[in-house]
Amino acid sequence: MFITVTFILLFILWVLFSGKFDLFHLTLGAISCAMVAKFCSGLLFQEKSRHLGRRLAEAGRFLLYLAWLLVQIVYANFHVIGLALSGRRLRRDLDPHIFHFKTVLRHNFSRFVLANSITLTPGTVTIRIHGDTLYIHAISKKAAGDLANQDSISEMERRVGHVFERHNLCFIADKDDQA
Amino acid sequence: MTHFFISSGIIILLLMFVILYRVVKGPTPLDRILGVNVIGTKTMVLIVLIGTLYGRVEMFVDIALTYALLNFIASLAAARFFQRHKKINLEEDERGEGAAC
Amino acid sequence: MLDILVILCMAAGLFFFFGTTVGIIRFPDFYTRTHAAGKGDTLSVMLMLAGLALYNLHHLSLATLLVSGKIGIICVVVFIASPTATHAIMDAGYEAKVRSWSRPGAPKDPDDDGQDNSGEKL
Repeated sequence: MFITVTFILLFILWVLFSGKFDLFHLTLGAISCAMVAKFCSGLLFQEKSRHLGRRLAEAGRFLLYLAWLLVQIVYANFHVIGLALSGRRLRRDLDPHIFHFKTVLRHNFSRFVLANSITLTPGTVTIRIHGDTLYIHAISKKAAGDLANQDSISEMERRVGHVFERHNLCFIADKDDQA
Repeated sequence: MTHFFISSGIIILLLMFVILYRVVKGPTPLDRILGVNVIGTKTMVLIVLIGTLYGRVEMFVDIALTYALLNFIASLAAARFFQRHKKINLEEDERGEGAAC
Repeated sequence: MLDILVILCMAAGLFFFFGTTVGIIRFPDFYTRTHAAGKGDTLSVMLMLAGLALYNLHHLSLATLLVSGKIGIICVVVFIASPTATHAIMDAGYEAKVRSWSRPGAPKDPDDDGQDNSGEKL
């Protein structure tokens, strides 16, 4: 099942990269994709328990999340440019510090998405993930925002959680709060 | 359009030279890696731009993709190297700052 | 019409790249420079590549669609790789205890010290 999905994904990639549609190249592609899919399908799908339909739903929600993230990236760039071009005010505005917080996300992939999103949003960069603790470098106290608040779940974490971990207890309770 | 592409290529090149100042000056080796990483990403854009100018994008795009992957792996490897060899990093750091003074 | 869109994308990309460059040159310490590099790099490269991919679609055919798809794949690679590379470089700097710049006259936070120590043990 997962091998087939891996094969289809790899074959689409092959056709895109080779750009040739004659029988010879397609056969070569099919053979090599089949070999890779046979041996390496475990790399792409690490958790076999989740259903394929749910993965598709996750992918759709992830695209919506990416749209939100793009807007945040544009904000982040204007923030950096504003700081860089701010003349003598620069040294007054900067107040770099490092803090850490525990995430409630459980899976590695959602933690990875969270860390990369934190890097791309204004004023914060992830230094490392150690277990469930994220070390963040913030450019100023204001930029750290609600990430620095230990007691509540930050907005970005909630969004990532709604994309990937709907079954997680934390987010179910959270949704009830909002409703 | 050709003029626009040529001028934007020149602007990218000039800004890359500006970043080269950070690569040469330091002060830590990691600053240099950071600068080289940014320059590498921009080189990739430059390759696609040159391909567009020559009218042979389909060939240059493959090179650009390879360049992007190599650049990513190179900066990862360099960062890992300096993470392993903490002492080297710190010594170079101090020596560099002493030389600057 | 398409030309205007291409020029807009490229110009925005160049503007953000300019901001990144100024940030990398002017920011006071290693950590803040990584901020500029990690953010500006991703967006400027994606905008410029999007402009080039759009320009490529002038003569709409299967070949140009494939090339634009490849440029899109480069965009995806950069989007994943650039924050990860930033993160790795910054992690190396944190591990090697690169000196960080703090605002002159700012009170030294006792909290920060505790966090630094916990970082050493990792």
